Amino acid sequence: MLEEIRIGVYVCHCGSNIADKVDCPAVAAYASQLPHVVVARDYQYMCSDPGQELIRQDIKELKLNRVVVASCSPRMHEPTFRKVCESAGLNGYLYEMANIREHCSWVTEDPQQATEKAKALVRAAVARVVHHEPLFERWAPVNPNILVVGGGIAGIEAALKVAAAGNKVWLVEKSPSIGGNMARLDKTFPTLDCSACILTPKMVSVAQDENITLLTYAEVEQVEGYVGNFRVTIRKKARSVDLNKCTGCGRCQEKCPVEVPSEFEAGLAMRKAIYTPFPQAVPNKPAIDREHCRHFTRTKGKCRVCFNVCQVGAIDYDQEDELVTYECGAIIVATGYGLFDPSVGPQWGYGRYDDVITAIQFERLVNASGPTKGKVVCKDGRVPERIAILHCIGSRDENYHPYCSRICCMASLKLAHLAREKTGAEVYNFYIDLRAFGKGYEEFYNRILEEGVNFIRGKGAEVTQKDGRLVVRGEDTLLGRYREVPVDLVILNTALEPQPDATKVAQIFGIQRSADGFFLESHPKLEPLKTATDGVFIAGCCQGPKDIPDSVAQGAGAAAEALSLATAGKVKISPVVASIDPDLCSGCRMCLPLCPYGAISFNEEKKVAEVNETLCKGCGTCAASCGSGALNVRHFTRNQILTQIEEVLAV
Amino acid sequence: MTNGFEPKIVGILCNWCSYAGADLAGISRLKYPANIRIIRVMCSGRVEPSFVLKAFQKGADGVLVSGCHPGDCHYMEGNYKMARRNVFIEELLASFGIEKGRYRQTWISASEGEIFAQVVREMVEEVRKLGPFPGLGARLKELAAAEGGK
Ligand SMILES: Cc1cc2nc3c(=O)[nH]c(=O)nc-3n(C[C@H](O)[C@H](O)[C@H](O)COP(=O)(O)OP(=O)(O)OC[C@H]3O[C@@H](n4cnc5c(N)ncnc54)[C@H](O)[C@@H]3O)c2cc1C
Ligand code: FES
Repeated sequence: MLEEIRIGVYVCHCGSNIADKVDCPAVAAYASQLPHVVVARDYQYMCSDPGQELIRQDIKELKLNRVVVASCSPRMHEPTFRKVCESAGLNGYLYEMANIREHCSWVTEDPQQATEKAKALVRAAVARVVHHEPLFERWAPVNPNILVVGGGIAGIEAALKVAAAGNKVWLVEKSPSIGGNMARLDKTFPTLDCSACILTPKMVSVAQDENITLLTYAEVEQVEGYVGNFRVTIRKKARSVDLNKCTGCGRCQEKCPVEVPSEFEAGLAMRKAIYTPFPQAVPNKPAIDREHCRHFTRTKGKCRVCFNVCQVGAIDYDQEDELVTYECGAIIVATGYGLFDPSVGPQWGYGRYDDVITAIQFERLVNASGPTKGKVVCKDGRVPERIAILHCIGSRDENYHPYCSRICCMASLKLAHLAREKTGAEVYNFYIDLRAFGKGYEEFYNRILEEGVNFIRGKGAEVTQKDGRLVVRGEDTLLGRYREVPVDLVILNTALEPQPDATKVAQIFGIQRSADGFFLESHPKLEPLKTATDGVFIAGCCQGPKDIPDSVAQGAGAAAEALSLATAGKVKISPVVASIDPDLCSGCRMCLPLCPYGAISFNEEKKVAEVNETLCKGCGTCAASCGSGALNVRHFTRNQILTQIEEVLAV
Repeated sequence: MTNGFEPKIVGILCNWCSYAGADLAGISRLKYPANIRIIRVMCSGRVEPSFVLKAFQKGADGVLVSGCHPGDCHYMEGNYKMARRNVFIEELLASFGIEKGRYRQTWISASEGEIFAQVVREMVEEVRKLGPFPGLGARLKELAAAEGGK
């Protein structure tokens, strides 16, 4: 005999978040009339301990075998109430949630309409839950190996932390060396410690750590599998240099006849076609840039200078890209940021005037190992007497990026200090607001003020030339006056933006992006490192602009996330997967090519399709196209959805 | 507001993008008409033509189906499959004499709360103008009568 269906309905006030618009007692009263409903209650906070206890008691005392909670989004608290049911001995899938907060009270102006809508949503949930079946989560083992993508400070920190725990980690870096943007900085605010001095020891530790396998000049091409059990395909780009033979002596780079603007020096100096990006690079061994190398471009193999000067025979022109696979349980993506190109705005004169440079170029200019050996000079060699630093170039600007890039205020203060220290020049900072938000930042700002830097409150609107001298124009909003400041050097502090290939990277790893284009975290406050794909974490500036302390904290945090998966050794796999009724399957095989995971196979003996539940992720695309109705997705069955549609329309 | 008619619209949204986008509209306290009732599916690829028809059969005046932007589907290709099936859905609805404005298929990401709210506002306005949908049976009769009258 069929078991009698006994449903409990719980309408949450969420303090006033729901109750302000939805008449919760009325919704509960309405629910109590619905078929199979044994009890319907409304309560202040269903997710609180007493709220949860209410459900538990009812399940036991009233012998409930179905539960509906009408509260927030299931994306928020579905797991909470599923656990509540389970702790009272009820299968967690015999419960359904009605979203009367995000989809109802918060978006509806009129309380009466909100209440009606809430009734409809609850009615649909009650009707749906009748058709729910108990489902059982499975456990899958977790591969303890971890992958880190991006070797900036965030990725480096993550890799070192994972390795310190004893787990194996592969660190994949796109460029020929790790270090990222931090390697290009001179000093770091607010303490002014030298960037290389604090970064290079960490880079060296990466190279020396037995648990870390470093793949530079490499990119991830494909990610298959699921949390705990990823299979990653990595393309090791042909470096044309055998890293095992190369000693890093540098002769090849001396002799190479081809010069290319150096990315590391932000175009202020040239590098060779065979190059190590910077002196402290890890690995400290070169790569041939085939796009520019004469051997590969112009002379059809005739230029062999590097090959000839190499004493250990490390140059290998025939090297090909290599695809390697890596199996791991968790992935940390730390691919960092790109920088806004100010030449798109002619008003700033970048690209037009030699002495308009970007902040990252200035970082290289003041750096002792930079193109001028640390001398701050104009293009013609003069030491600048007056320098302007323009904040927020491309940030907080509706025409480019509406967001604040966070670090520019502090970086501009730092550059003002360095400029004065190196040149004694008068320095003018054009700013909109000064945001000194971090530990020690306000103190740093005060210090720079005392050093005699001039602050002009107003965006540097235009850079022009007058009598052979650069002039920065802008409105001083404090004085209410238009200013023209003649200077010798202009520094544009450009916005941090998503990497140019962020779209592709997001797709490879199944990461979503926020409106600004940076990678989207699962929850802005409570899950800053998780993504929509279980087992894939993000850290550092790929999630949004941030300073080094925050990038490091996120790197370490992401390592902890990955390690907690690895240490648990097993992970729950959702039972929401496709299932096939062999009696109905006509064996047409339409579903086979539809599955992106290859989870459906054809049983030649029985002439029916079969689902591999470990591979299936439950999207339901197969079910939607099954002509004979044999395919279904558990917890999203045809019957459940159709019932829900029918009932949501009944109010 | 015209003629006091409050259309009923069913929104079938994928969990990862559009449903999350609708959540974001709520979190951001954006306001949109209460006429839409949202049904969650894991992926837009799950949406069967019968889901849309059922809605119209059971009293919906409009149906919205929304998934992740092309390339962003959590299951890689579900939305492409949906897009292909959508051609069929639109033909099917046309054969039932269901006006174009009553059905909409969009891509809305988890960060596009404002776009979601805007889509709902537009759709409610459009459907309001079209007036109540008489139901599949009645519409077919209307069609037949029009055919016979020719
Ligand atoms: C002008 C300027 C001055 C600054 N000054 C300071 C300062 O004084 N103090 C401070 O705290 N912060 C400062 N910052 C901020 C600082 O640079 C960042 O906080 C920090 O570099 C972020 O590190 P990250 O690892 O997240 O990203 P990144 O440093 O950008 O590193 C990302 C790494 O990932 C690699 N990568 C990218 N895509 C891929 C891919 N698809 N596959 C594999 N690898 C990939 C990149 O090559 C790179 O090595 C400054 C920034 C700027 C622009
Ligand atoms: S998950 Fe959104 S369309 Fe597939």
